[in-house]
Amino acid sequence: MIKVQGLTKRYARTVAVDDISFEVEKGQIVGFLGPNGAGKTTTMRVLTCFLPPTAGTANICGFDVLENPMEVKKRIGYLPETPPLYPEMEVNEYLTFVGQIKGIPGADIDKRVAEVIGRCALGDVRAKLIGKLSKGFRQRVGIAQAIIHNPDVLILDEPTSGLDPKQIIEIRELLKALAGEHTIILSTHILSEVEQSCERVIIISQGKLVAQDSVVNLTNRLRGAEAVSLEVEATEGKPDPTEVQGRLEQVAGVSRVMMKDSKGGRLTFEVESLQGRHIRADLARSVVNSGWNLSELRAVGLSLEDIFLQLTTAEPKQEGGQK
Amino acid sequence: MRNIFLICKKELKSYFASPIAYAVMALFALIFGWLFSGYTHYFAQRGMEAMMQQQPVNVNESIIRPMLGFASTIALFLIPMITMRLFAEEKKSGTIELLMTSPIRDIEIILGKWLGSLLLYICVLLMSALNVALLFAWGKPDLKPVLVAYLGLILQGGCLLAIGTLISTMTKNQIIAGGVTFFVCLLLWMLSIATAFDTSVTAQVLNYCSIVTHIENFNKGVLDSKDVIFYLSMIFLALFLTSRSMESLRWRS
Repeated sequence: MIKVQGLTKRYARTVAVDDISFEVEKGQIVGFLGPNGAGKTTTMRVLTCFLPPTAGTANICGFDVLENPMEVKKRIGYLPETPPLYPEMEVNEYLTFVGQIKGIPGADIDKRVAEVIGRCALGDVRAKLIGKLSKGFRQRVGIAQAIIHNPDVLILDEPTSGLDPKQIIEIRELLKALAGEHTIILSTHILSEVEQSCERVIIISQGKLVAQDSVVNLTNRLRGAEAVSLEVEATEGKPDPTEVQGRLEQVAGVSRVMMKDSKGGRLTFEVESLQGRHIRADLARSVVNSGWNLSELRAVGLSLEDIFLQLTTAEPKQEGGQK
Repeated sequence: MRNIFLICKKELKSYFASPIAYAVMALFALIFGWLFSGYTHYFAQRGMEAMMQQQPVNVNESIIRPMLGFASTIALFLIPMITMRLFAEEKKSGTIELLMTSPIRDIEIILGKWLGSLLLYICVLLMSALNVALLFAWGKPDLKPVLVAYLGLILQGGCLLAIGTLISTMTKNQIIAGGVTFFVCLLLWMLSIATAFDTSVTAQVLNYCSIVTHIENFNKGVLDSKDVIFYLSMIFLALFLTSRSMESLRWRS
């Protein structure tokens, strides 16, 4: 459905998107993840034919964005970061206008407008001026505008930014309902959003693609390295925290031991393993053999948050080293 | 074709949803009305004297022609107010992304917007037609030169509006778009002064490029294809440059 190959976008001085390739299958929801300024918006603008790529190709529904922009534009719905609304228009009027310029035939337009108004729960505000709407409603009008011509591909740039938690849930639900019939790409820098509503994640940082996988795989992949929280009982200053730490560090497969807490007679450590090593059993043995009381040992999963940070912060360091 | 009409309709609607349309029309009606009362008063006095001396008096020559001559000057001030928002506002609010990612061609957007502004300008001119109609109700002016003069005003307006549209694509700031448009229009107007200083070829070329040189014939009621072609080619040039400017928007922003 969407095929991007070697996509590069250069501005006068900066490279916003650097040689990105990915594919999206029909009906998928894909999360486009990256810190601010990573190149998410630029990539989306290329996909929507707003900006031409400097190099590489982007192909949507079999049409190239440079060679056949008209066909591509007919098949995509786009919600930019700030919804493109005319404050002096009424919701009804605005949606009709957008429907018309998206090429919906005159006979169907009223039906489509009524449909998206129902779908985005805009019934109460249909005759209000857009300029008078609250942020949540404006965002919903923005989404309504993107789906009015029933596009195959939906591209949403931060659809939930600036909304309150209740509105975010509403938008998320709307997206889930839309997923079956549309292919959706949504960008965000909020991770829980991707975990909740996307099947696949594409992570970019500084214009480069750093990971693309399903949400489950990505979490599993990094769980290969274990993080363990470990608690040892201590009475009257014994055992000595540094001694415990030293002992833990000697366990095979441990990459890092962090002292977390030493209050109330408990010493808490966080231990991380090397990639692909299971260390829980060895850790327990080591503590017990030293004659200390092990009161808790539990695996701490790496969340998408950690993965994201690992992926997006490791990259720039390497680059800095090269320079 | 349908898209041009859609954009044009949208532009007209937003002109009339905001105070701009009413402000421009009211300002024009006020100034033109004042001119009208002045000229008719003067004409009534002069007419009496002329009748006593048995000289012919002409409403066309002594009222309509100078008044419509002034109208083209007033337009100079009003046109930047009409065109400044065309693209600058859409660029600022981000709605340009909606238009540019919809299956419509750039040229359709441009033509739609330009036509919308031209229709508003015609509405503004209609304010003056009210006054002129009064002359027809109580006098017997010649209709044809009046129509030609209006055609001239519309062509000149279309030309300045096209230039304003071009300038509006270059900035996000409406004030800058309006200000620059005003100065460009002023410059094109003042070029006609060039021949006042000398009669070299350069001065004559500059004079020819001025937008007021060509309205004079229309104002006299003379329809010269040379002038029509001048305005049409200016409109074409400005709109062509607008489409180039819009394309460069894609490559730059």
